[in-house]
Amino acid sequence: MDIAAALARLAPRLSVSATSARNAHRLSGGASLETWAFDLDDGTPLILRRRPDNAPPRDTAQPLAHEAALIRAAAATGAPVPVVVHVCEPSDGLGEAYVMGRLEGETLGKRIVRGAAFETVRQGLAHRCGQVLARIHATPPETLPALTTSDALGELARYEAIYRQTEAWRPTFEAAFRQLERLAPRSDQPVLVHGDFRNGNLMIHPTGGLVGVLDWELAHLGDPAEDLGWICVNSWRFGQWRKPVGGFGDYQALLDGYAEAGGGEIPLSRLQFWQALGSLKWGVMCLMMYASFATGADPSIERAMIGRRVSETEIDLVHLLEVMA
Amino acid sequence: MITCPTAAELREGLDRFDRLDDGDGRHAFLARVADNARALLAREAELGAAAEAGEQARLSALLGRDGDVQTLNRLLCEALAAGTLSPTDPAVMAHLRATAIDRIAIDQPTYCGLEALLVTRA
Repeated sequence: MDIAAALARLAPRLSVSATSARNAHRLSGGASLETWAFDLDDGTPLILRRRPDNAPPRDTAQPLAHEAALIRAAAATGAPVPVVVHVCEPSDGLGEAYVMGRLEGETLGKRIVRGAAFETVRQGLAHRCGQVLARIHATPPETLPALTTSDALGELARYEAIYRQTEAWRPTFEAAFRQLERLAPRSDQPVLVHGDFRNGNLMIHPTGGLVGVLDWELAHLGDPAEDLGWICVNSWRFGQWRKPVGGFGDYQALLDGYAEAGGGEIPLSRLQFWQALGSLKWGVMCLMMYASFATGADPSIERAMIGRRVSETEIDLVHLLEVMA
Repeated sequence: MITCPTAAELREGLDRFDRLDDGDGRHAFLARVADNARALLAREAELGAAAEAGEQARLSALLGRDGDVQTLNRLLCEALAAGTLSPTDPAVMAHLRATAIDRIAIDQPTYCGLEALLVTRA
């Protein structure tokens, strides 16, 4: 499939002053979805998100048209998100895909937590993340496409089943599954949960701060504290463990921003439950990725080495089990 | 023996990497991963036996029986799953803590979670 040619043909429908597209190139990243950057000949910077041809089905992934619809719904509540410009039709020749505006800024977590250019915006970023999550969670359910619903016990059961399939025997995971089951919060009214709200999926501008929440692939209906806990998982603090929120802010700033924007009071213990479940989920994912090496499906050294990142989640889980005990 | 992956599997992955052409763009990334794998194997060669001996001794004490580390780990998992040992039992928590500390020293000694664990306890 010639992506550049298809985008050039589509250009007049993406902007009234455009006749063609240029500079189409694939960005690194996601294996399950392709992301392409391109420009229209009137200068409009755009992004194409598309499912690769012959992509294996994933039970957690939603159709891309749904993803586009919920980005539009979140935008309507005031959440900073890219503007969805066009949802592709079969006649566009791009397969399952949509086009959105390309935002200016940085997504690399390491630069965001250390870079001098981000020193000023880092100060208020955790508070801002809380505000933005409150907006996302306030999206009226009737404006959303069909989404799966999950709660704490459901997520635990889903990941425990995956863990059992790997046939690994990890006492720390076993202890975490049992303890988190005991501590699982009861579900209130489920809200729109982004599902992958962490440093790395946030477009940060050196002066504008958080300008776009990206990667809505795992959005679902669930416990609002899930998103607040996920951004505090130590694996995406990029070494800055003393700043629990994404390596740039404090718990209280996140919770205050959330409450001030109408998200309600969330106790730190509930956030930390989801943070621990986040570490456990990431640990199980590392085991799964190692399994693709063990079976020969992907025999690269990278898949082998990711298995040894399980111990990173184990040390974080030991720490959190002590904190929560 | 540390598993998922074992040292032998890591060496196999490295051998395969060394046979690849270095032409494509992913190669530079994989080369850094391969360097990390070699450094990890060196740390495991130095620290692995002592870590395993300590793990085995703690597991034996916890479970009240002998056996190899694989068997004892499986028994500990089964005891936790069955509820005969509690995840908040101080002896269980002390064992998980010591094992995680020894393991991170081999797998990823610069991981900041180690400092977080040590500092906040103090």
